[in-house]
Amino acid sequence: MIKLMGVEKKFGDQPVLQGVDLTIPVGKMTTIIGGSGSGKSVLLKHMIGLLQPDRGEVWVDDVEISRLSGTRLNDVRKRFAMLFQGAALFDSLSVFENVAFPLREKLRMKGPEVVQRVEEKLKEVGLTGMGHKFPAELSGGMRKRAGLARALVMEPEIILFDEPTTGLDPLLAKSIHDLIVAMQRRFGFTAIMVSHEIPEIFGISDWVAMLRKGKIVLMATAAEFQRTTDPEIQEFISVGGTVALPGSRID
Amino acid sequence: MHMIERLGAWAVTRVREMGRMLLFLLSSFTWLVRPPFRFHQIMKQLHFIGYRSTFVVVLTAGFTGMVLALQGYYSLRKFGSEGLLGSAVALSMIRELGPVLAALMVTARAGSAMTAEIGIMRITEQIDALDTMAINPRQYLIAPKLVAGVLGVPLLVAIFDVVGIYGGSLVGVDLLGISEGAYWNSVESAVEWKDVYGGILKSITFGLIVSWICCYKGFYTRQSAEGLGSATTEAVVLSSVLILVGDYILTSLLL
Repeated sequence: MIKLMGVEKKFGDQPVLQGVDLTIPVGKMTTIIGGSGSGKSVLLKHMIGLLQPDRGEVWVDDVEISRLSGTRLNDVRKRFAMLFQGAALFDSLSVFENVAFPLREKLRMKGPEVVQRVEEKLKEVGLTGMGHKFPAELSGGMRKRAGLARALVMEPEIILFDEPTTGLDPLLAKSIHDLIVAMQRRFGFTAIMVSHEIPEIFGISDWVAMLRKGKIVLMATAAEFQRTTDPEIQEFISVGGTVALPGSRID
Repeated sequence: MHMIERLGAWAVTRVREMGRMLLFLLSSFTWLVRPPFRFHQIMKQLHFIGYRSTFVVVLTAGFTGMVLALQGYYSLRKFGSEGLLGSAVALSMIRELGPVLAALMVTARAGSAMTAEIGIMRITEQIDALDTMAINPRQYLIAPKLVAGVLGVPLLVAIFDVVGIYGGSLVGVDLLGISEGAYWNSVESAVEWKDVYGGILKSITFGLIVSWICCYKGFYTRQSAEGLGSATTEAVVLSSVLILVGDYILTSLLL
């Protein structure tokens, strides 16, 4: 379980997080929403130790990671994977090599075993036969799929998704969402997603949390979240169109 | 008072920056000696910094040796000492011009590319991706480049010196008519081991400066295209200035 307690973060004089308290349920899909520049990605990066809070604590099970560094932090990170906004594929490596990268570098895996696992993941994300291509030759959607394959290949317990559908058209965005949900249901990892895609996220998330003015103002199941009476939250989620969506995963 | 405050703030920022640069270097070397050892990465960087800089280094060395011989010949002729042309060219190349010019060429060709490559990796979150995979970017990206700089620049300087001396011979012997025996005899009698040793020491130092500064500037690039452009410019300018300053300090210590 990931737990943030009183997390504060400033960049220069600009406060971004101002006392975030958040507990992420295990094995569920939790989505964090909030306005542009509200600090959602910053919050996500605190969970994996890419950023350290000025104050507060970040717990991953029984390990407080906010002051860890080096090997001890890496030991915790081995349980994580992250899909970045732009997929963050290594430009100089092919799709196959990108997906194989953590296997070769972390598990020191070689030969046919690598090929088998990479091909399997590429198939799962719908990129069969695309392994030889380089990231520059892929469309936005394919890059996200390749990034997802790389995130899945180590079979992590927790996957962080930083706006995985940014820059994609609605159909592609839906296909990426569907893929993430399918993978999460199949492998049961804890998924934490930062997204702007309202109302779609209510149909795919178990839990939804809203970040506003540097704090989590509401965390609830997707269905409860939509029923909130807070006028500011209602206004925010109504902008996306239909408020109530069928198929929320926890009601 | 306001000006003193600003001066103080500027000084504190500079000192902090220097501290961060030093820590960056030390932590990268610390990661170098920890397993897994990235021999393949080091060879790849050595190929990029060393082998792929050979052409520009050979070209620069050839013309430097040639112009040195041309200038040296007309200066020495005033004193009737044309026979010393070989020693003048060889000592200038081995002691000064070889290490400095080869390092400047590496800065321009490989150093700027290193900054741009690492900077783009920073902007597109590829460095963060390494971190999330529990792979230390300093170990995977930076340390191999530092080693390649320290090994590659001395090898290029050796090539630079040899080609430069042959370039001098081409002009001095073949164009200006100095005796071939006198030229090479002068080279042999003038160059001592301590000259070569000094050149090697300088080239190792310059190799470290180039790879260190260029990696650092790329690693801490600000998150924009403009930031990347500034980082690349700063890396080239700072490396070049430090090479020249370092050259003066090392020369004064070695003489």
